[in-house]
Amino acid sequence: MPFQWLDRLLNISRGKSPWVYHVNSGSCNGCDIEIGPCFCPRYDAEQMGVILQGSPKHADILLITGPMTLRTCEAARDIYAQLPKPKAVVAIGSCPATGNVFAGSPTVLGSVEPYIPVDVYVPGCPPRPQAIMEGIRQAAQLLAEGQAGKEQGASS
Amino acid sequence: MSDWWRILLAVFVWPGLLGGALLGWLFLWINRKLMARLQGRKGPPFYQPFFDFVKLMGKETIVAGGMNRIVFSALPLVALISMTFALALLPLPGNPLRSFNGDLILLIYLLEMPALCEILTGFVTRSLYAQVGATREAILSLGYNVPFLTALIALAVHANSSSLQEIVTATPGPALIFVALAILLSVPARLKSNPFSIANAESEIVAGILTEYNSKPLAIFELVHGLELTALAGLFGVIFLPFAHSVMTGLAIYILCALVLIFLTTGLAAATARLKVQHALRFFWSWGVAASVLSIVVAVIW
Repeated sequence: MPFQWLDRLLNISRGKSPWVYHVNSGSCNGCDIEIGPCFCPRYDAEQMGVILQGSPKHADILLITGPMTLRTCEAARDIYAQLPKPKAVVAIGSCPATGNVFAGSPTVLGSVEPYIPVDVYVPGCPPRPQAIMEGIRQAAQLLAEGQAGKEQGASS
Repeated sequence: MSDWWRILLAVFVWPGLLGGALLGWLFLWINRKLMARLQGRKGPPFYQPFFDFVKLMGKETIVAGGMNRIVFSALPLVALISMTFALALLPLPGNPLRSFNGDLILLIYLLEMPALCEILTGFVTRSLYAQVGATREAILSLGYNVPFLTALIALAVHANSSSLQEIVTATPGPALIFVALAILLSVPARLKSNPFSIANAESEIVAGILTEYNSKPLAIFELVHGLELTALAGLFGVIFLPFAHSVMTGLAIYILCALVLIFLTTGLAAATARLKVQHALRFFWSWGVAASVLSIVVAVIW
């Protein structure tokens, strides 16, 4: 294959330039506050090439915080569909994994897993910024290896 | 070398697409790194703009509903082509293209094309945020073009010619100071950096004009942004190139001018917050007009 090096270059650049978009699907704001410091001087995620984008169409990685609620489910799925492929999802905190303290509420659907395929879980209530950055790094790794979104089978 | 080879070389290699893109990525990186350092962050590695571009080129393209696919992909290409030709026209040291009479006018038109394409882009994407961004850009272009265009006219008056080669070889005069000042005033608005980041207004109107853009067309717009930075730095360099006597000193002056330009705009961007569009317009129609009147008057007198 004469163009194999192009594919390799593309894979390397996918790992080196993960742009993220942040969606709050009903979080208590704890995890959202922890995402902010990732882009501030102390943790500076931009040294890994991470940029927090304003539009989901510019992003590669969706950061999702909070449990899925009746109100936000449709919007969150819509935003996930707006990310161009290849894409990865990082679920931040305990809520997207299990529903956490909100589980069982009549307005809360619980885990985001049945609605959006998650690639990396970052546990914690809330997780520290280092843990969030590690989650983004792992998702970037999955994008570089072409493994993002694979575990859940064919998902789009 | 035949004329066709000269044109191809100028458009595709130096100072056109290849040289312009490499320099543009370097300048974009310096811009981002300096911004990070001024904010006390570490900043991205030097290859970041290149990897961003390659990654965007390899993504799936989503065309928003109700939008023409051809227009969607053609607008960034038009911007890219006109910016490449603008770069090829610039009398940078080592440019194989021969200058001709009136190429300054052509350069003005070509430099105006990316802004025009972005305004059209904002309106055809049918996204509310993009349309707000496009309206702001259209209003702002009535402001920043006042000092920019009059500075270029003052350059032509100063050299008594509209050929870029003759402008570069004209004897330096005091008018150049005011021309440089007027161009400096308009550059932050042209690059959409703070305090004139009104059109792209990150997080205020989502992502501004480019809200609906993704993957390849977005990558091309990012590339155009890099080329625009190179071209504006080149135009800024043209003012000071009369002091150069050989190709090497010319290149050194060009790089120095580009660095000064990036340091000034980034420093300004780091130190200021976003203005409202009416305040920006007032700024350009007072200080911008003052700088342009001064540059024209000085160019005519001396």
